[in-house]
Amino acid sequence: MRHMEEAIKMTETEELKPPVTSVGVIGWVKSNLFSNVFNSILTVVTLYLLWKIVPPLFQWAFIDSVWHTSAKACRGIDGACWSIIYNNFRFIIFGFFPYEQQWRPLVAMFILFGLFFYSRDRKHWKKPLGYAWIVGLFTMGVLMKGGLFGLAPVESTQWGGLPLTLLLSVFGLTAAYPLGVILALGRQSKMPGVKWLCVLYIELIRGVPLISLLFMSSIIFPLFLPEGITINKILRAQVAIILFTAAYIAEVVRGGLQGMSRGQYEAADSIGLNYYLTMRLIILPQALKIVIPPTVSILISAFKDTSLVVIIALWDLMKTTQSVLSNPEWMGFSREAYIFIAILYFLGCFSMSNYSRKLEKELSAGEQQ
Amino acid sequence: MNKGLSKKAEKNMSDDAMIEITDMHKWYGDFHVLQGINLKVQKKERIVICGPSGSGKSTLIRCINRLEEHQKGHIIVDGIELTNNIKDIEKIRAEVGMVFQHFNLFPHLTIIDNLTLGPIWVRKLPKSEAEEIAMFNLEKVHIAEQAKKYPGQLSGGQQQRVAIARSLCMNPKIMLFDEPTSALDPEMIKEVLDAMIELAREGMTMIVVSHEMGFAKSVAHKVLFMDFGQIVEENTPEEFFEHPQHDRTKLFLSQILH
Repeated sequence: MRHMEEAIKMTETEELKPPVTSVGVIGWVKSNLFSNVFNSILTVVTLYLLWKIVPPLFQWAFIDSVWHTSAKACRGIDGACWSIIYNNFRFIIFGFFPYEQQWRPLVAMFILFGLFFYSRDRKHWKKPLGYAWIVGLFTMGVLMKGGLFGLAPVESTQWGGLPLTLLLSVFGLTAAYPLGVILALGRQSKMPGVKWLCVLYIELIRGVPLISLLFMSSIIFPLFLPEGITINKILRAQVAIILFTAAYIAEVVRGGLQGMSRGQYEAADSIGLNYYLTMRLIILPQALKIVIPPTVSILISAFKDTSLVVIIALWDLMKTTQSVLSNPEWMGFSREAYIFIAILYFLGCFSMSNYSRKLEKELSAGEQQ
Repeated sequence: MNKGLSKKAEKNMSDDAMIEITDMHKWYGDFHVLQGINLKVQKKERIVICGPSGSGKSTLIRCINRLEEHQKGHIIVDGIELTNNIKDIEKIRAEVGMVFQHFNLFPHLTIIDNLTLGPIWVRKLPKSEAEEIAMFNLEKVHIAEQAKKYPGQLSGGQQQRVAIARSLCMNPKIMLFDEPTSALDPEMIKEVLDAMIELAREGMTMIVVSHEMGFAKSVAHKVLFMDFGQIVEENTPEEFFEHPQHDRTKLFLSQILH
């Protein structure tokens, strides 16, 4: 017994350290950048390109650039003219919303961001949060539309810029997701009527580009309405985005449903759960979790696709930026303007994908073997 | 294995049948998988079904809680005939517990949540009461300390015991076991069989599809041998193992007993 203990101690103390060349900075560089000839060449070429691109870009964006000058002052310089953003900031962000009233969409956006930020934590997903969202949405609606509490009414035709982009995407995505789940369940249904209706819907919608749906919603759809009745243009575009996104989500969710083993259904059946409870408690929580990554891809691309409403003359973020560029004074500074809205879109997309990764990790905590 | 489980004393069971199957047939497409099954199971009776793979034994017990649909004949469980009436099916499923070869626990829920699901959503019990029932049944299968873990963190034998406890939480009148130990590593078989013997001692009506002959000998009142979709032989375990009547039974026994 003592011999064995000693033997164990011996092996513990004589633990071998890995060789210096495989740890630390040198080890990392060796194994990641110069592990073989091909990788070494790639590393050298990449470094050369970075050296060629980064310093001039930095020079252009930060050193030779101007930040808050007039348009004239921009003409003679080599660097970026960020003044285009400075001088047109409020139009790019708020569009034609009455100038003195622009605090209203600003507050509405802050409420939205605040709610999102608070909802990040799954511990907060309780009833009060639901009420907070209802109150929040109502307040945002009042702020945008006015006509209540002494706020001057603002026609929805005057909505534009970032609030419009957010409106289209937030409602588009939150309405498309449950609709997509229902369509996916419908496609799996044993009732042939329901099943074929869902298949027909999904295939029809996926068979046309979003642009044509938007055109239909803005040009063809009103032709079918009786005279004198008009439906808000934003609402029509909104519906088109929802219908389109839902079809894609349905297919992704269907993949998740097919990934569920028959045993899960059978176990649920055998304790007497009905179809609705089986789906809600057993199948969907697992299936939807599996498909978080592809679902988020679709949501991200739907978020960016809202910029297509430009073609039916809605003044979203993309359109307000373009119209600034068509002003002769600022013509030619499209790089700066597009980089600016690219950053805004990137922030939106990046936080979505970041959050989805966090959610995925939280939901699968403890479940792994 | 026989821990003083007296079969004789329980033999004078009441006469009411828990399960009555008459001339039941089932087809998968053109394949006639069950060919005229007749079976009567009394209250507190314990039956072990064995037979070669593909003989229809699993299909038979899966018909009893309608995981599979039979196409001809009658199945009456606890006085209710299995038809397409979904309400009747759900009622029967709530009364009939089932344990699967691959456990089929819900991996996204903790052990305790796996157990309280049925009592809360089907039996409509308050959460505290459901948790009491769950802990009681986890104690019974000696696994209460794992209540807060997820199924993936447990060994196969532990998972199967949880699956048994999950069925028990519905307070079933009948328990069906579909090859409960076939997917287990050998060292884990005993803990599951012990849990089943414990159940037998309490007088549970059980139908077990299994090749655990030791279990059959010590626990079953009756052993059925199935082949090609028919019940070939039906006898007490003593007779079944000592004096098998049919050649096919003899052949099968010689193959599994070596």
